[in-house]
Amino acid sequence: MFVFIIRRLLFLPVVFFGVTIFIVLLMQFLSPTQRAATYVRSEAQLRNIDAIIDQYGLDKGPHVQYWNWLKQVLRGNWGFSKATGEPVWDSFKRRFPATFELALLSFIPTMLVGVWLGSISALNRDGIIDQISRTTSIFLWSLPTFVLAIWLLVIFYGGLGWFGLGQVTTAHSLEIIRSNFHRYTGFLTLDSLLNGRFDIFLDVVNHMILPIVTLVAIQSAQIVRIMRSSLLDTLTQDFVRTARAKGLAESIVNRKHALRNALIPIITLGGFTIVGLLNGVVITETVFAYPGMGKWLADAAVQLDTASVMAGAVFTGLLVVIANMFADVLYAVIDPRIRYN
Amino acid sequence: MDISSPAVSAQTVTPKVKKGWWQSKAMRRFRRNPLGIIGFIILLAFVFVAIFAGPLTSSQLINYRNNCVRDLGLSRSTVTDLRNPVKPAFWRIIFAPPGSCFNMPRDGFSEIPKPPSELSILGTTSGGYDIYYGLIWGTRTAFYGGIIVTGFGLLVGIIIGSISGYFGGWIDTLFMRIIDVIFAIPGLVLSMVIVTILGQSLRNVIIALSIFAWAGYARFLRGEILRVRELDFVDGAKALGARSGRLIFRHVLPNSIGSLLILASLDIGTIVLGVAALSFLGLGAPAGYADWGQMVNFARGWMLGLPGQPFAYWYVIFWPSFIIVLFVLGWNLLGDAVRDVMDVKS
Repeated sequence: MFVFIIRRLLFLPVVFFGVTIFIVLLMQFLSPTQRAATYVRSEAQLRNIDAIIDQYGLDKGPHVQYWNWLKQVLRGNWGFSKATGEPVWDSFKRRFPATFELALLSFIPTMLVGVWLGSISALNRDGIIDQISRTTSIFLWSLPTFVLAIWLLVIFYGGLGWFGLGQVTTAHSLEIIRSNFHRYTGFLTLDSLLNGRFDIFLDVVNHMILPIVTLVAIQSAQIVRIMRSSLLDTLTQDFVRTARAKGLAESIVNRKHALRNALIPIITLGGFTIVGLLNGVVITETVFAYPGMGKWLADAAVQLDTASVMAGAVFTGLLVVIANMFADVLYAVIDPRIRYN
Repeated sequence: MDISSPAVSAQTVTPKVKKGWWQSKAMRRFRRNPLGIIGFIILLAFVFVAIFAGPLTSSQLINYRNNCVRDLGLSRSTVTDLRNPVKPAFWRIIFAPPGSCFNMPRDGFSEIPKPPSELSILGTTSGGYDIYYGLIWGTRTAFYGGIIVTGFGLLVGIIIGSISGYFGGWIDTLFMRIIDVIFAIPGLVLSMVIVTILGQSLRNVIIALSIFAWAGYARFLRGEILRVRELDFVDGAKALGARSGRLIFRHVLPNSIGSLLILASLDIGTIVLGVAALSFLGLGAPAGYADWGQMVNFARGWMLGLPGQPFAYWYVIFWPSFIIVLFVLGWNLLGDAVRDVMDVKS
């Protein structure tokens, strides 16, 4: 197991180099001046852009550019984000916790709802509940994230005014910046509780409900479908028949024997769900003006802010690899049939 | 009764009736699935709309007389030819419409959407663009994007997948690591990176999605080839002296490619969704090009309506989003049914 984890960790640099080499090669489509824009911070620098081109060797071959870029990144200089007007790394530090919070608070209900509905569906195969849940999940799976997000926005923000846009209301955001509000973790939900500000906590949760509902509704639909077929598959296997033959109650057979084994493919799917959520946050954060990585990336892409977009691709790539590694390890722990040597 | 009597064997050897594909087992199973049939009908309707986009928008073309009419060589007096199947213009707009036909005609240039009127039957979106016209021609854009991305992805995917699966070794490892890297970045983020660097246009959106699409097909085909390669008949062909080229193209590929083609064609819905998502973020087609995602993007400024009348501009957001959902729903319903039919286990 240890060796296996080490081997998966070794894949992290592969992804890092793969993604960055790919992006530097893509950058060859741009002119040296456009490439230099990645490092420009002010108007003054814009005037002697040739100095920047020279400094970073942006008119040299791709390998020189790559090496220079790598040296900068190792020093923590990911370039300057036009979209946020600050260094890329600062934007990342500020926005990553917000997105992580949103993704985590969506991931848990996604899995719970998906597994629950999927198993109910399988246990009532072809019954009315099964029909409803199957049809609903196909429908939800067909909903583009931006369409569902916008419909929810129009109805619950525009029409009913129940929820707000952004991360907190303006009054609270000023308080967070000014007063003695400590950012212990960077996660606003946790920090507000640690500061004993229950009103801010409720406000933050209120702002997160619409994005979370959007993400959960679309992502859990896939889990429902896989969970259903996985459980149906497990129910036909010999060990389930043996359990029944022993005279165990149907509910125990289902819960203790079938369900646990049916959950195994869901763990792999968890990795895909992370990818789906990262795709989803780009859209939901944009629609709900939530100040996370997704909105940053979307803004950056529209403003041709290559520095941010590049960094965003590298960050999300590494995140996905780490998430998949967790899924694989969990897989090995839960399923005794799997051996990694 | 004497088992070996000729009478019995004549009875058991029933003449093989050749059943049409309509009566085949897979088809019968498909016909029993009402959701699959609904999906099929929805898609058929979209295909119809895409093909007859010109005639379906003839009233708009006649009333607005945009560049499309000019590029078709029609004047004020001959513009009604578009409604007449005897005239060449009717067929030209179906089979070879000028590029300008994809630009939505404008009823004025106001940012404020206009409610449905006699001229614009579904209203106009921000910038005076005709919603009905955009929806109809957007169907063509959707199919173009979906088919080109799938076709290109399949071409590259089949080549890489068969090389990787058949030869194995370091080539396989290299391609698989490249695919791992591509899959490590969420598709939307990767496409955003590519479109940002290459420039914002529909063509670059299609390139970006193709770069993502081939990887999935290559990996799937590789798995299939690894499975088929172990089957006895491949060994047989090898024993008869077939070279690797012949083995791949005559024996292995034809046996692994069928399911890939079906799965890929069912992916078109997902790809159209990707195009729409990028257009929605403002990364797709140029402003005014008939494209559903862009129409949703146009609607963003107005969808919350006016103070006190939250649904004042409902039509700018309802129609384009409804059509996108219907389109993707059609593909997914059909796809679900076809996967059910193909799955031998159930």
